[in-house]
Amino acid sequence: MAGLMAGFGHYTHAVVRGIPSSLAKEALRSCQAEVDVAKARREHDAYVEVLRTRLGLEVVELPADESLPDCVFVEDAAVVCGDTALITRPGAESRRRETEAMKGALKDLNLNIVEMTDENATLDGGDVLFTGREFFVGLSKRTNQRGAEILADAFKDYAVSTVPVLEGLHLKTFCSMGGPGLIVIGSSEPAQKTLKIMQQMSDHRYDKLTVPDDLAANCVYMNLPNKGHVLMHCTPEQYPESVKVFEKLKDHMLIPVSNLEKVKVDGGLTCCSMLINKKANN
Amino acid sequence: MTTEAGSETEVKEKAEESAAQPDQSEKASEETKEVANAEGEEKEKEKEKEGKEGKGISRYLPTWLKKQKSQSQTSPTKEAPPTEEPVAKVTQEEEGPAPEVNGQAEEVEEKEEVKSEQVKEKEAESHSNTSADTEPAKEEKVDESTEKSPEETKKEATEGEGAEEEKKKEQEGEKEAKEGGGEEGQTSIFQSPLRLVRKNKMKLVVCHVTLLDGTDFSCEVEKRAKGQFLFFKVCEHLNLLEKDYFGLTYMDSHEEKCWLDPTKEIKRQIRSNNWQFAFNVKFYPPDPSLLTEDITRYLLCLQLREDVASGRLPCSFVTHALLGSYTLQAEFGDHEPDQPRPLDYIGQATFAPNQNKEMEEKILELHKSHRGMTPAQADAQFLENAKKLSMYGVDLHHAKDSEGVDIMLGVCANGLLVYKDRLRINRFAWPKILKISYKRNNFYIKIRPGETEQFESTVGFKLQNHRSAKRLWKVCVENHSFFRLNAPEPPTKARFLTLGSKFRYSGRTQAQTRLASSLIDRPAPNFERTSSKRISRSLDGAPVISITEATAENGREPHLELQSDSKVKEADLSPGDADAVPSQSPGCSGLPQSPLRVHGDNIYVRHSNLMLEDHDKTQEEVLKHQASISQLKRSFMEAPPPSPPQPNQWEKRLTSSPATSIRIQQQQVSLEEEIASVLFSRHSAAGFYSADETDCSVPEATLDAVICSASATVCSSSSSPQKLLISSTISAAEVVEPQTEAAPADNTISDTKEPAKTTEVEIEETVVVQEVSRVAKPGVVTVTAGLPAAEQETRKQEVRVVEEEVMLKEEVKPTKQESVSSESESEEEAEYHPNMPIAQIPEEKEEEEEQEEMKKKEEVEEDVSVPDAPSIPAEEETNRAEDDVKKIETEESTDDPMVTPDEAPNGVLPPEEGLAAPTLEKEEPKVNGEASLVEAEPRPQVICCSEPPVVKTEMVTISDTFAAQKTEIATKEVPIVHTETKTITYEAAQLDGNGDGEPGVLMTAQTITSESLCTTTTTHITKTLKGGLSETRIEKRIVITGDCDIDHDQALAQAIKEAKEQHPDMSVTRVVVHKETELADEED
Repeated sequence: MAGLMAGFGHYTHAVVRGIPSSLAKEALRSCQAEVDVAKARREHDAYVEVLRTRLGLEVVELPADESLPDCVFVEDAAVVCGDTALITRPGAESRRRETEAMKGALKDLNLNIVEMTDENATLDGGDVLFTGREFFVGLSKRTNQRGAEILADAFKDYAVSTVPVLEGLHLKTFCSMGGPGLIVIGSSEPAQKTLKIMQQMSDHRYDKLTVPDDLAANCVYMNLPNKGHVLMHCTPEQYPESVKVFEKLKDHMLIPVSNLEKVKVDGGLTCCSMLINKKANN
Repeated sequence: MTTEAGSETEVKEKAEESAAQPDQSEKASEETKEVANAEGEEKEKEKEKEGKEGKGISRYLPTWLKKQKSQSQTSPTKEAPPTEEPVAKVTQEEEGPAPEVNGQAEEVEEKEEVKSEQVKEKEAESHSNTSADTEPAKEEKVDESTEKSPEETKKEATEGEGAEEEKKKEQEGEKEAKEGGGEEGQTSIFQSPLRLVRKNKMKLVVCHVTLLDGTDFSCEVEKRAKGQFLFFKVCEHLNLLEKDYFGLTYMDSHEEKCWLDPTKEIKRQIRSNNWQFAFNVKFYPPDPSLLTEDITRYLLCLQLREDVASGRLPCSFVTHALLGSYTLQAEFGDHEPDQPRPLDYIGQATFAPNQNKEMEEKILELHKSHRGMTPAQADAQFLENAKKLSMYGVDLHHAKDSEGVDIMLGVCANGLLVYKDRLRINRFAWPKILKISYKRNNFYIKIRPGETEQFESTVGFKLQNHRSAKRLWKVCVENHSFFRLNAPEPPTKARFLTLGSKFRYSGRTQAQTRLASSLIDRPAPNFERTSSKRISRSLDGAPVISITEATAENGREPHLELQSDSKVKEADLSPGDADAVPSQSPGCSGLPQSPLRVHGDNIYVRHSNLMLEDHDKTQEEVLKHQASISQLKRSFMEAPPPSPPQPNQWEKRLTSSPATSIRIQQQQVSLEEEIASVLFSRHSAAGFYSADETDCSVPEATLDAVICSASATVCSSSSSPQKLLISSTISAAEVVEPQTEAAPADNTISDTKEPAKTTEVEIEETVVVQEVSRVAKPGVVTVTAGLPAAEQETRKQEVRVVEEEVMLKEEVKPTKQESVSSESESEEEAEYHPNMPIAQIPEEKEEEEEQEEMKKKEEVEEDVSVPDAPSIPAEEETNRAEDDVKKIETEESTDDPMVTPDEAPNGVLPPEEGLAAPTLEKEEPKVNGEASLVEAEPRPQVICCSEPPVVKTEMVTISDTFAAQKTEIATKEVPIVHTETKTITYEAAQLDGNGDGEPGVLMTAQTITSESLCTTTTTHITKTLKGGLSETRIEKRIVITGDCDIDHDQALAQAIKEAKEQHPDMSVTRVVVHKETELADEED
């Protein structure tokens, strides 16, 4: 019987969404870059394939919506922990409707849906780092205090600490979990600063894995039956130095996943899927 | 406990005893006191008994009255008695004189809070007033009473029995029948090893303790029992060995939950006659699986079920269900489909604040899955899950951050958490915290600088009131001690010159209790898991757990020690200790006794630092502070009808005008309403409210060498880059011819003071008035008297008595007889240094590395660091006082009939000063002339420049709650204030009078603060006795804060002039100009 906070990284399902053609031109981005939609789609397919076949997750694939150029980044639309799903209110106006399809999908998975109705609240899932013991919510351009409060209300078991996002789009743009109690963090000063704050705010101890490239710090950790620790991370082509760091993780099954196109529109590896564990709590 | 009449350090009880008679047993005398309490409405019954015993009421009354008085002072709350009648009756019966007594008593009573207390105590109260007022009249009887006292005491003891029995009757009607023989039986309950063996005559009260399973446990305890006793009884009842995680709570008069302090008498803590307690978990073990016994885990479970059900421990739906299911498993065993019991039960029980059908179903569903689990296992599982909840073991306190934003401060095993709404916005792990302090309603933590930071920062929070601040502080102290230390910090009472609470955690630490429980060697006790009745009725909100303020009263023995401690220190402590902050700071206690002047200068430099800390506050804060001060002042002045003009207040105090007592009373009243001028409450209150036993020693020689020193401090505004601080010292000395003394007088005095036993002032701090008279040698009498403001009238009378006595006496040799027992705990402030050299549980990783070096740093800095309260810290004042004392080398001797010991009836002395006093020296008569010089333009004989004359100091304050979030900003915008500090001391020519080493006795000390818009005037009056002379020093400090440029010279001249005008009979002996210049902000 799984107790409280057991099984960090256990996932059974993944929700993903297709890439609309509008991504190339209309998706929000912090730097101007040409996005090759076809290339992006190929990357995304490969990513989904890893989840589905290599890792054996049940993948729920939502159709792309042309009116929502950023809809592929499903992570921002919801925060799922245990069997509770908080449907967010994304900070970018153009992305608000992305939550509708996500809500439907999560409902279908029998999760308890909590919606963020407060007009003053904004929260992107990309700003939410769940460590297995607690939440860190990055206060960024996309996420505000109120959004964090609602998250705290939705997940009462856990401490929810707010940390400033000094640089980058989201908190998880430069950090993510690399294992239980292991935070993968970029080496930039803002990233390191944020890590310090997280460490200070936490009653728990975290190890850190510092990678030279901030963006490389966004990786997907899972703990899967028969596979153990799994880490989907950047490719050597993209961030050779960072990959060397990942390769030091001897206990992990390391799966490099290409993300050359989506990164141009600020998409990381975590952004492209919503991982759910349906076994734990029913 | 043996009584030795000649011993210098005496506990009040002993003093009484010895005064009363040497051959009576202590028990008897204590009984007597108890009896006194029981007196009152039962008087009639007693009279009957009296009659039986052939003793008339009139015979025992005088002594009795005195006892009464002492008793009344111990009574926590005073009431306006609806029983005026009996009071009046008694008064008339006993005392012909003092017709005004009744009126006065009433007046006092009117001001007192009306609470539900026993009528008896009310009566006792009025008695005390009465007796106080009529004291002079009784003077003549003194000799007589002395002779009689043994007899009387006996009598009283007998009466005590009677009264006690009466009381029992009253309280427990059912026991009435067995009164005679029953007594033995009743008291035998107390033959537990916990108790001091005392005879069977004691007053018993029934305590009701609500246990964690919702049942009620009643037991009888002696009325004067300490918290510990009751707690142990409860643990005994529960068969609990690992008791250190638990504690007893009670509701205070403000309906707030407080922890019962085990080391203090219950009666003094509960403040009402509501002997109702609850047994609760005080320290939530971070890992309950490490507990040794299942019963302990069970009790913890019960507490957590309550916490969860009440919403105090928030958790999600699933967790509620999971915890509920473990509860079912533990209490009902395996799920039996055909057994409807759990189903019925679950409907009534509360598992969550918003329980619904869905949750109940989920609980049942989960319950099924626990099949086969034993109750102990279910409890363990429950705890394993509960302990992971983020709010497990977090004690929340409402507060505001420096910007006035509502936040919550959570104290837990790991440190201090800051929440805004549900979000954690900051966290201060214990190892990060260098100092915890509170002042008034401010709570401060000083944070160790991070790797990249250079300076410590102090974070301040505002609490609702000083009670909350103190409660939070105490919780922090206790949690830190329990979870972080290997052994509790040794008691702080031995520390010298500390203002503020001496409260420390007194129990075992977690490390100790773990060790102890590892030694538990008994078969697992059987206990019954009752279906948690209380769960269904547990919604009592989220009580803020609080702790009783620590009255410095630590019971008799500790008290004794304390006295001797202070005694010793008096002799050999260096003035540097004045700066010592309450925590152990070897660095400062070791200050060498450097040449006086230089030393003084150093202290002043330090002062400047202190002041800088004050100025670290943002301007807004300063303004706010000033606003609140003005408000306080207003209420202070407006509170009582006959409000005296503020400006002359301190002057008036110098003269023995009858107004004094009234005024003091007013102050008291205003203080009771928690309106008090800041420094007043800080200083004098340190003695009044906080101190259990603040004593003024009034030696018999009415020596009135008075040294008044006024120091004026002018300082330009904190916001402006310039600060100037000028302090001038004016002092005059008057010597009155010592008079011959009659030996018997001693007895009188002791009798007099007997009544003034202990008092608890409503303010919530226990005030114990202690007056000890000692016959050290024939012809030498010392009366130590500390008066709580609450009893000015009483007080006054006493003092006067003393004075009269004194006049008769010979010259005193003050050296030996002072028994200055002072134990002061300021209501207003206290500090605690979590990182002490004491063995601490090693902190992991970096934190620890820092610790070592920081510790050192801290030690060094402690001299300088003082809680950064907006107002000038009391310590500073104190330091300065002492400093000045040291420096005065000239003294003027004159006759001043005006100045008598009772002139400053509220004279309270913070212990520091008492101890500092010894260094006082006489002044030369010619000082006056010089003073005028100073007045015109400081042209002092002696100019001491602090060396180096210019001190650059840097202070950093970050009072930003959201530090974590704003770290970035903070590090960039740290308001580093570069200041230049210049201190110049002008001193009148001084003579090396009689040997410096000769210790004096501090008689009184008081501080008056008045403020106008940008001026803060602090007047500190100290009376010291030394070598048969009493000296009064008036030290006046004026801090001028303003944006405009200040004409320093003019300000100084003005200050001196005013001082001269106010005290024409005194002379200026010292002028200290302290100038602080804020340099340009060099911050980026």
